[in-house]
Amino acid sequence: MPRLTITKTPKCYVGGAFIRSESGRVTELKDASGAFFANIPRCSRKDLRNAVEAAAKAGPGWAKRTAFNRGQILYRLAEMMESRNGELTDAIALGGASRSSAAREAAAAIDRVVHYAGWTDKYEQVLGSVNPVASPHFSFTVTEPMGVIGVIAPDEAPLLGLLSLVLPAVTSGNGVVALAGAAQPYPSLLLGEMLAVSDLPGGVVNLLTGFRSELIPAFATHEHLRALSGVADPEERRTLRLGAAESIRRLHLRRAEEPVDWFADSMQGVEEIRALIEFKTTWHPVGA
Amino acid sequence: MPAAARKTPARPNPARELVFGSLWEYDPAPETADPRLKRRYDLFINGRFVPPRKGRYLPSINPATEARLAEIAQADASDVDAACKAAHKAFTQVWSRMPGQERGKYLYRIARLLQDHARELAVAETLDGGKPIKESRDFDVPMAAAHFFYHAGWADKLEHLASGRSLAPHGVVGQVIPWNFPLLMLAWKIAPALAAGNCVVLKPAETTSITALKFGEICQEAGLPDGVVNIVSGAGETGAAVVRHPLVSKVAFTGSTEVGRLILRSLADTEKKLTLELGGKAANIVFEDAPLDQAVEGVVNGIFFNQGHVCCAGSRLLVQEGVADEVFARLKRRIAVLRVGDPLDKNTDLGAIHSAEQLDKINELVKSGVEEGAVKHDNGCRLPAKGWFFRPTLFTGVSMSHRIAREEIFGPVLSILTFRTLEEAVEKANNTRYGLSAGVWTDKGSRILKMSTLLKAGVVWANTYHKFDPTSPFGGFKESGFGREGGKQGLLDYLKVA
Repeated sequence: MPRLTITKTPKCYVGGAFIRSESGRVTELKDASGAFFANIPRCSRKDLRNAVEAAAKAGPGWAKRTAFNRGQILYRLAEMMESRNGELTDAIALGGASRSSAAREAAAAIDRVVHYAGWTDKYEQVLGSVNPVASPHFSFTVTEPMGVIGVIAPDEAPLLGLLSLVLPAVTSGNGVVALAGAAQPYPSLLLGEMLAVSDLPGGVVNLLTGFRSELIPAFATHEHLRALSGVADPEERRTLRLGAAESIRRLHLRRAEEPVDWFADSMQGVEEIRALIEFKTTWHPVGA
Repeated sequence: MPAAARKTPARPNPARELVFGSLWEYDPAPETADPRLKRRYDLFINGRFVPPRKGRYLPSINPATEARLAEIAQADASDVDAACKAAHKAFTQVWSRMPGQERGKYLYRIARLLQDHARELAVAETLDGGKPIKESRDFDVPMAAAHFFYHAGWADKLEHLASGRSLAPHGVVGQVIPWNFPLLMLAWKIAPALAAGNCVVLKPAETTSITALKFGEICQEAGLPDGVVNIVSGAGETGAAVVRHPLVSKVAFTGSTEVGRLILRSLADTEKKLTLELGGKAANIVFEDAPLDQAVEGVVNGIFFNQGHVCCAGSRLLVQEGVADEVFARLKRRIAVLRVGDPLDKNTDLGAIHSAEQLDKINELVKSGVEEGAVKHDNGCRLPAKGWFFRPTLFTGVSMSHRIAREEIFGPVLSILTFRTLEEAVEKANNTRYGLSAGVWTDKGSRILKMSTLLKAGVVWANTYHKFDPTSPFGGFKESGFGREGGKQGLLDYLKVA
């Protein structure tokens, strides 16, 4: 008699733990052929609030880590992903991508993690400055993470797209609450399992799955989200902008209606980090 | 020396006070340079001064005398449209094709012309806005020229701002500025915009448009190509037309958080780039080991500079308990000799409150402070019979829940709170929806750096206050806005990164 395989109930990675939605709701996830694959959480606004709380708790400790340590941990994440590369490829292929293009995306995603692992102790020197002011002061400008960043991932490139938005935020010490792309959320859920063993403190990255129409209005108005980074259609952008007016939130939005080549070099780098940091200028007196 | 004499007292002796009474009054020392005002100022569009299409003008009032200074054109949507079209044409046909170094040379010319016209501009600024002549002469105008000088040199070096990426100007930039530093805010806005290769439509505040329109004359004198800079004076509707105009692809605004919100909402369905420099409620934090003489001077400068009409004013004094009485006593002595009066007088420390409306707002908040239980002290000086003035005012017994500790007063009113530990100071300083600036007074360098790390503010001044420089980025955290002005960080906000 053939052995009965164990099916997996994928869960969201929030606050360093794997959770179902507090609402108890699930969505059926099917593979490209239309066969049932799994029930995944359909997160609620309350789940979002819990995730923001977790990120707000974990963020400051993460920001206080040395830049070197943040780099070590991101590199460890790349190691964890590389060792489960095949699994990531399968997860991407689940949505109908060919095996080779899924493998290409998994590889690009891992390389993107390595790219940002290398930035943790370098972006400050590129973005910050010593300001030659015309008075006896040492004036210098350094970067600071903004706090908790909301990430709204695109539908395409389910792993690479999400990571391209999450990584620049965590590189500089922000906490992240990310909504996975609705079309193919499974690679993001799988990513949670790798984040959990990467030494990244629990709560720094929180991954939710659910309906955009339910969660984007909540992202738009949550006061503790200091910035939003993501891909949104015109109506969603309008909602996010109107919500941002309340707390003067920073927005870094890409248009869903314009195709994005997530593999491009321009989708990574220090300009992405710049969009999610604050500049702080200090004037220190010079004298005896 | 006997051992007893060497012992330092636990608390410093209160400083001796010099009492002159009325024996030593200053003679008036008015600045006499001719501001060369015109009776009427038209809109500056496409390199020419043109009357507004609807023919509307409003008087600009001298807040120190309530006298009319000049009539200012009020631009409506059709005037704004003409200005935006002129800017767009100048951008596509002239400015974007010009080599960076040539653009920079125009900015250098403008910087020099600002210096040449410095006295005239300083007097005009003081007449129109009410600020003391020593501030417009020594700060506003020289700093405006410095901003053009700094940014001029960037025009042919932009590729160093974001290496490996291609940079392009936005095109037409719409800018709206406040009344507290009319010419300086214009310089903060126009200099980086032009250096980056943009063309500009700028709306000055409706009560302080004179120096902006004089700047139009300077653009003519510099031979700046027509349409590169356009100045459209008017009130809120004019500003709304500027930021909403479809040819404007980037908006830069300095002003209140409330108006910042309105702009964000009104642009929600557009893809315009936006930077905002909004309000503040800065903490000036004095530790027990601070050099108290310097600290008191810094606190006074922090709140009374420009009558407190400063978004980064140090309007909350947080003083450590051990020196609180001493600092308060010194502050009272210091404000007793602050001179409030004719802004044109070179000895004046506090000029006129900018408008009757602003004076009402200050009165209302001061009244709430008294009603909520804080104790008010002012210097009791005589105020001029005409014009709008307010005595330098201190509040003690302030708690964090008081309106005067939370709301931006934008006037010469200091709320004094105390703290025991560094952690408490940080907690109180950060307990605000704003995050523009902060001051720290201590003798300990490591504490300065620690405080700077912990304070949620875009600018931290240590053992100084209100220091500005074109090379030094300025701007806020939280509801004080986003984007920076000054330095390489500020300039990049005027470029598209591809």
